[in-house]
Amino acid sequence: MSQFLPEFIQEYIPNAIQIAYLIATGFFIVGIKRLNSPATARSGNQYASFGMLLGVVVTLFDREIISFEFIIAGVLIGAVIGIFAAKKVQMTAMPEMVALFNGSGGGASALVAWGEFSRMDPLFFDIQSLVTIGLSILIGSITFTGSLVAFGKLSGYVGGGRIALPGQNIINLVLTFVAFAFIIWFAVDPEYQLVFWLLFGLALLIGILTVLPIGGADMPVVISLLNSYSGIAASMAGFVVGNNLLIISGALVGAAGLILTNIMCKAMNRTLPNVLFGAFGGDATGLVDTGDTDKSIQQTFPDDVAIQCAYAKKVVIAPGYGLAVAQAQHALKEVASLLEERGVTVKYGIHPVAGRMPGHMNVLLAEADVPYDQLKDMDEINPDFPTTDVVLIIGANDVVNPAAKTTPGSPIYGMPILNVDEARRTIVFKRSMNPGYAGIDNDLFYNEKNQMFFGDAKKSLQELASAIKELD
Amino acid sequence: MEDLIFNLFIFVLAAFIGFELISKVPPTLHTPLMSGANAISGITLIGALIIAGGSESVYSQWIGLAAIIFATINVAGGFMVTDRMLEMFKKKKEDEQ
Repeated sequence: MSQFLPEFIQEYIPNAIQIAYLIATGFFIVGIKRLNSPATARSGNQYASFGMLLGVVVTLFDREIISFEFIIAGVLIGAVIGIFAAKKVQMTAMPEMVALFNGSGGGASALVAWGEFSRMDPLFFDIQSLVTIGLSILIGSITFTGSLVAFGKLSGYVGGGRIALPGQNIINLVLTFVAFAFIIWFAVDPEYQLVFWLLFGLALLIGILTVLPIGGADMPVVISLLNSYSGIAASMAGFVVGNNLLIISGALVGAAGLILTNIMCKAMNRTLPNVLFGAFGGDATGLVDTGDTDKSIQQTFPDDVAIQCAYAKKVVIAPGYGLAVAQAQHALKEVASLLEERGVTVKYGIHPVAGRMPGHMNVLLAEADVPYDQLKDMDEINPDFPTTDVVLIIGANDVVNPAAKTTPGSPIYGMPILNVDEARRTIVFKRSMNPGYAGIDNDLFYNEKNQMFFGDAKKSLQELASAIKELD
Repeated sequence: MEDLIFNLFIFVLAAFIGFELISKVPPTLHTPLMSGANAISGITLIGALIIAGGSESVYSQWIGLAAIIFATINVAGGFMVTDRMLEMFKKKKEDEQ
């Protein structure tokens, strides 16, 4: 667009663009900083989107850009698809949506590297540029296909369990080494097109093969990690086209994803290599002893639950993904409001892996108009349990299983949990006695302080709400 | 080579800023943080613009077009969906207390 400007301005343009990029970087950093608190988060996101707009608009003045047909067409098509998807998506499907957006970002970075390579004579590039092109293709492609597989798993198109060949981990490891070897070969001999294509194809394949074996329960970790990859891919694309704004923003995102990955791993008491390479779920070893068969449960009914909650001082709600599956968030909020009207203190205790991605449960409850100051993290709520009268456990299982503290042989041993068993009474809302994701029996159900409230979560909560109303 | 080293400096420093900024975000906001960060990673759009608008070969322009479409989906969708989520996070109303 710079050709439309007068000569004397044109010479300042390259520097002006760089300064605008610097300002955009500032908006990104301040924007992310403002995401630190729910009160400022929305404006933070707006800061970041303004930074993006600024970066994109000034780039159009870059002297290199001479034609606009493809740009206009691409932005229009992409914006329509993106906005449509963002407007339509259900909050429960947020992990799928983030996976798809991740994948498109990663794919774009790989395409940028490919485009940069294709528009010049291969001999124009020096060896380090070729290495960054190779890395960008590798990481971008892995992010692209990996995210698509994660999307498939989350939405049920691809089987949720482990799908793996024998020795899959070794195969993946070898393929990754081969990919790095291809990058070096490509950098040394860029005119040999076959290597480029082999690298590209192999990278796409590695993305599929690394995510396919990971079980559905581990998806929060995978999404976080892929998020990190998409940032690193953008950064690599920045190395390729020599753009600082890309390098910085990509690094910020890469760091964010890594931190979230780490938080998720801690919440599940797993190490990253264990998630990526280890089997979990459906594994029958090390389960709770099945010797004592005379374990008994107490069943309860709406009227009784209503009385216990309505005359309690403090009620804590421990939601799990089952709540969202049953679409019971609004019914839950109604119960909570009724209890609050009666002067009961209501809090929500949210385990980091309660949803299917970090913080997912909080979004689902926020959608049901639960004020965010009632949403308590695991560390915040755990000291509260000894003084809590009733804990309502809805659609959650493994995250309240005391075996994580008491049974060293259990697959979830060591995982931090909500210490609901310290409360005076726990009531588990559950469809049946089936075990949770991890396939482990839950001793909490047989605790003398626990009662089981069987049925569909939404229906049970509606019954509970009407029972509370009838108390007056 | 000097460019590469210089860029590496920027990359590493930015990553440290990222770690600092994000380790303070409360778990409540992790999903919006992730989708917002995700939208920022669509910054690769800028590279895509240069490929699509600055290439002489039509072949490269088409690659650039595909890159722009993907990146714009990421950017536009990501920021909008984050805004949709953050809009829902409300404080307790005064009259309810």
